[in-house]
Amino acid sequence: MIIFFQQFLNALQLGAIYALIALGYTMVYGIIRLINFAHGDIFMVAAFIGFLAGTFLKLPLVPTLLLTMLFTALLGVTIERVAYRRLRYAPRVSAVITALGIGLFLENFVRALQPNPQVFPTLIGRQEYAFFGVATSNVQVIIIAVSVGLMLLLRYIVQHTMLGKAMRAVSDNRDVVPLLGINLNLVISATFALGSALAAVGGIFYGQAYPSIDPYMGIVIGWKAFISAVVGGIGLIDGAMLGGFLLGFVEIFVAGYLVSTLRDGIAFTILILVLLLRPTGLLGRPVTKKV
Amino acid sequence: MVKKVFLWLLVGAVALTAALLATGSFAASEVRIGVSAPLTGEIAPLGQSTKNAALMAADEINAAGGLKVGKDRVKVRLIIEDDENKPESTANVFQKLIYQDNVLAIVGSQSSKCTLAGVPIAEAAGVPQITPWSTNPTVTVGKRYVFRACFTDDFQGKVVADFAAKNLKAKTAAVLYDVASDYNKGIAEVFRREFPKSGGRVVAFESYTTGDRDFSAQLTKIKAANPDVLFLPNYFNEIPLQVQQARKLGITAKILGSDSWDNEVLLKAGGEDLEGTYFSNHYSPDIDRPQSREFVKKYEARFGQKPDAAGALTYDALRILFAAIEKAGKLDRKAVRDALAQTKGFAGVTGDISYPAGSGDPVKSAVMIQIKGGQFRYSATVNP
Repeated sequence: MIIFFQQFLNALQLGAIYALIALGYTMVYGIIRLINFAHGDIFMVAAFIGFLAGTFLKLPLVPTLLLTMLFTALLGVTIERVAYRRLRYAPRVSAVITALGIGLFLENFVRALQPNPQVFPTLIGRQEYAFFGVATSNVQVIIIAVSVGLMLLLRYIVQHTMLGKAMRAVSDNRDVVPLLGINLNLVISATFALGSALAAVGGIFYGQAYPSIDPYMGIVIGWKAFISAVVGGIGLIDGAMLGGFLLGFVEIFVAGYLVSTLRDGIAFTILILVLLLRPTGLLGRPVTKKV
Repeated sequence: MVKKVFLWLLVGAVALTAALLATGSFAASEVRIGVSAPLTGEIAPLGQSTKNAALMAADEINAAGGLKVGKDRVKVRLIIEDDENKPESTANVFQKLIYQDNVLAIVGSQSSKCTLAGVPIAEAAGVPQITPWSTNPTVTVGKRYVFRACFTDDFQGKVVADFAAKNLKAKTAAVLYDVASDYNKGIAEVFRREFPKSGGRVVAFESYTTGDRDFSAQLTKIKAANPDVLFLPNYFNEIPLQVQQARKLGITAKILGSDSWDNEVLLKAGGEDLEGTYFSNHYSPDIDRPQSREFVKKYEARFGQKPDAAGALTYDALRILFAAIEKAGKLDRKAVRDALAQTKGFAGVTGDISYPAGSGDPVKSAVMIQIKGGQFRYSATVNP
């Protein structure tokens, strides 16, 4: 039973991190129907900016977080401006390939500057707790709380602010939006800024939980977050959250109770089954197209 | 017009490449040796020490006038390429070194998964290859041109298993290893086979995949099995996270590792959590062997840091190769291969190296190192 609760907590932490990054994928997809494959690498860049701020400027948690969010948001906006904007009306495949290219560029750019894996500085004074043999820590609790909190904040922004209204309008019909006096470019830039700032939060807390960062750290976690977003129903904030936690739970419980060698095999079989039964994801509604 | 200019440029480029390839045969005054090292990627610090040690070996021989090949003196020119610690990149590096740079021999790569990607290419081209650090037993199996400067995991896994059972008096052991990497998987399986022979029992045998940062599921399972020792035969970049997560979950078992731990980065990243852990290695810088002491002194003076085992083995690999080239007396791949195979009692930094007839695996002793006071400390020597 203790083992079960321990695995449950492990799964919550891993799921929270997947969910945090999946939110970034789902935001961008929801607004402009682009799968931003560079998102995992933006997350990696965020971890490196946080590493620099924490190690060389010796900033505490909150300033590091704000600084990193600022820089990463700028990076996201720049990428959109330079690479994606010209392709907004191009076939979707072109944009996806560009996103992959941006991801490769970011990886190799960071690799050229900083090829070695680095130790992420400790920004949260770590405290360990044990309840009846179940080990947890303040970092773990903070990560889970922050990811749930951000999801709620994001929902609020999308549902209850003018910006959110504009975003939903863009998502609904991109061609009509400019006619209504909404600045399309501004809304899309804001979406990228928001999505990238989320990756920054993800990067910093990830660095707290797993204090070893390298230029390739964004690849696998980026895929997994993307898969989470798809399984949950891409474009939906709740879906990204649900998908992230689902993937976290499936991975931990397969490795913990079945054979760890087959973890990814079994985990992804489950996810494929989910998509076979619900092709638009757990929360996604089937799209009907009028001819 | 533009098209025509472009076409001519293309023709020019092709002609130039062809000319370069044609002149790529061995010039008598220098010999090209390829080095394939993980200069970037997960284990980049180890690639750096590989490069440092290789340069040191080449500079020393060149400062002494070069290799004595027959009646000539030949300078060594190293061509060091980055294989990024990826098998697919290693294959490219080997292709380039052999067919473009036309090297006489290759030293590398380091991790077994990469070396295994390079081996078939070197073997097929008949290019002598010495891997400094790849301990996976399958690397040299059935190959004529492939040698190594290190012991194999058939030996190393046994050393660790014996050490756990005899020195640490362990009755039960757990293993956590990377199932996607040949080295980790190979030695984990040797340990699982050997530990019961020393009277122990493997109570948990768990795996993960390269790039994972969260080991909590496997470690929770291991905690439930309550082993006396936990064996982590994984690369030094991953060890700190694994040890920290194990301790946080309340695993109190003694922790053991293998030669893939040996890099200063481990100490920097691991800190306090690594105190009291042990790992097997090829040599120890504080061991009393004149060749080792001299190497460590020279390396520290030039690069301002301690060499790791991969660096020491690279230095040995190049010097074995130099000796073999001089012995062969000509810059011929086949002759160098034959001379390499006859290497006997070569006094290297990491021990005496001889190749038994028909094998590229030297018989060498291993050492156990303990991490104490934030430093690698010699603990014991195990002879084969």
